[in-house]
Amino acid sequence: MLLQRFLVRLLTMLVTLFGVAIVVFVVIRVAPGDPIAMMLPPGASDDDIARLRALYGLDKTIVQQFFIWLGGVLHGDFGTSISLRQDVLGLVFNRLPATLELATVALLMAIALGATAAIVGARSRGTALEAGIDIASGATLSIPDFLWGLVLILLFGVLVPVFDISGRVSPELDLPFVTQFYLVESLLRLRFDLTWDLLKHMLMPAVALALPLAAIIAQLLKQSLKEVLDLDYVVLARVKGFSETQVILREALKNAALPTLTLVGVQFTFLIGGTVIVERLFSYEGLGNMAIDAVINRDLPLIQGIVLVFALLFVLINLAVDMMYALLNPRLRHG
Amino acid sequence: MDDARISRGGLSPRLWLAGGWLLIALLAAIFAPLVAPQDPLAQDLMLERLPPFWLDGAEPGYWLGTDSLGRDLLSRLIFGGRIAFIVAFAAATSACLLGSALGLIAGYFGGWADRIISRVVDVWMAFPPVLFAILLVAVLGTGLSSVILAIAIIDWTRFCRVIRAEAMSQARMDYVESARIAGYGRIGIMLREVLPNVLPSVVALLSLEMGIAVIVEAILSFVNLSISTDDPTWGSIIAEGRLSIHQAWWVLVFPLITLILTVLSFSQFGEALKARFDPVLR
Repeated sequence: MLLQRFLVRLLTMLVTLFGVAIVVFVVIRVAPGDPIAMMLPPGASDDDIARLRALYGLDKTIVQQFFIWLGGVLHGDFGTSISLRQDVLGLVFNRLPATLELATVALLMAIALGATAAIVGARSRGTALEAGIDIASGATLSIPDFLWGLVLILLFGVLVPVFDISGRVSPELDLPFVTQFYLVESLLRLRFDLTWDLLKHMLMPAVALALPLAAIIAQLLKQSLKEVLDLDYVVLARVKGFSETQVILREALKNAALPTLTLVGVQFTFLIGGTVIVERLFSYEGLGNMAIDAVINRDLPLIQGIVLVFALLFVLINLAVDMMYALLNPRLRHG
Repeated sequence: MDDARISRGGLSPRLWLAGGWLLIALLAAIFAPLVAPQDPLAQDLMLERLPPFWLDGAEPGYWLGTDSLGRDLLSRLIFGGRIAFIVAFAAATSACLLGSALGLIAGYFGGWADRIISRVVDVWMAFPPVLFAILLVAVLGTGLSSVILAIAIIDWTRFCRVIRAEAMSQARMDYVESARIAGYGRIGIMLREVLPNVLPSVVALLSLEMGIAVIVEAILSFVNLSISTDDPTWGSIIAEGRLSIHQAWWVLVFPLITLILTVLSFSQFGEALKARFDPVLR
């Protein structure tokens, strides 16, 4: 049952990725500007242009180009970036860790913040405090990450300049890292000075990404908690003399968390999508920032590679959430 | 649910505030040449980075101050509202028509139509939307119609998913069966019976989508990929403000407040409409 579900999902995932590859391939090839003409100096001869077009395979038909590219992708060859003249896969792997660290920190913050608000709200249901949490989460939810980023830049970059609002790490620091997972590596090397510097840079973009998701978690988890709190076994725990906070944390949370978990998975992909503009806003050197440059430079191989990696990330997260849901949900587990 | 409960009254103070703000902003945008105190494009280096009216060094007639080229901020915001509202209405309506039509077909007819449309939605959901928008505008070329088209191409899935689910549950209801027994055709039932019942959801989503479209336009202008660089847009003013944030904070603060109020108002409207039309909540 579980295995079957997994295989079906895996197949759908591959179909989706194939669809993404086709869409992005077609979309960027109907673009009017000629990337080759942009690479060469103005006086280049027609011969030079033709040679370079052949070098990048742009002289073939779109269908031929697609299958040549797809064949390469299946062998791990995503082509060469036109603007940076480096291997696309290498460039993507160089930037991906920065984005993953940012997104993960943002996700953890969203869960911590959202769950706290939900528990406090459920604890004080029917009071003004709950109404306040509702209004705050409603407003937080309506304001997207881009605007939160700007608000944070104004508050903590200009008004009270306590956090860095540009870059991933202070440029004057000497970095001993061998991987691109700076935050993880600084912790493993016990270089907490570097961890602190990284966090100071990461905090503002992470909060901008976390706030809308935190609001969604707060609303949904509070709703599920309130439903669970009326069930018999919770009432029994209350009768046994547990305090309301104990009842929520020890009894209700476990059973109320499942719907929220599914939602968090889907919303996490939205959060990752949001890194594109938030990284730009904070000049954070991640994949999204590089993607915008790639589009502006009409760097076709690089755009394709980045979009495909984002898509892969999205479908993998969805797959993981689906499997986790199936494992945790007893009704599905026992088929 | 909680939000819907709060705004169930329909004409709550929050809804009045939201409607009031949207009306003022819309009227100001429509009558921009009459309302704006200055020419939004006029540069005057003698007047660069004037502060807003309550600070020392402000000039009369430049209420919210000027940017680094001496252009009047209030006038630029008012004219920027024109682009914001045009994009909001045109892009949201286009996304709505496309998405609702496909969602209705997928949900009501099911079968192959549903399978194909759902696969396409899956593919669309696997794109980071902001990157998709930037990519599309780069491909279509900058300009108002490209921005509108790009938003419609990306956001139709929001309507499609919700309308598909609604149409599916409506299609199973007794009244649809009765209509079929009464001899109505499938398309006739879809348009005459199912469509009116999913319309409340469409209207509520439409209002939310207008707020989203305003943000996407601002993001596109922020990365310099929206309308021509001469015309003021809220996003391009924000981009300037981000650069001169330490010299002239007001160039960032005022467009930011404008955007936040507009987005909040559109979403309040959407929530209130949803609560008003939802038979369960009503």
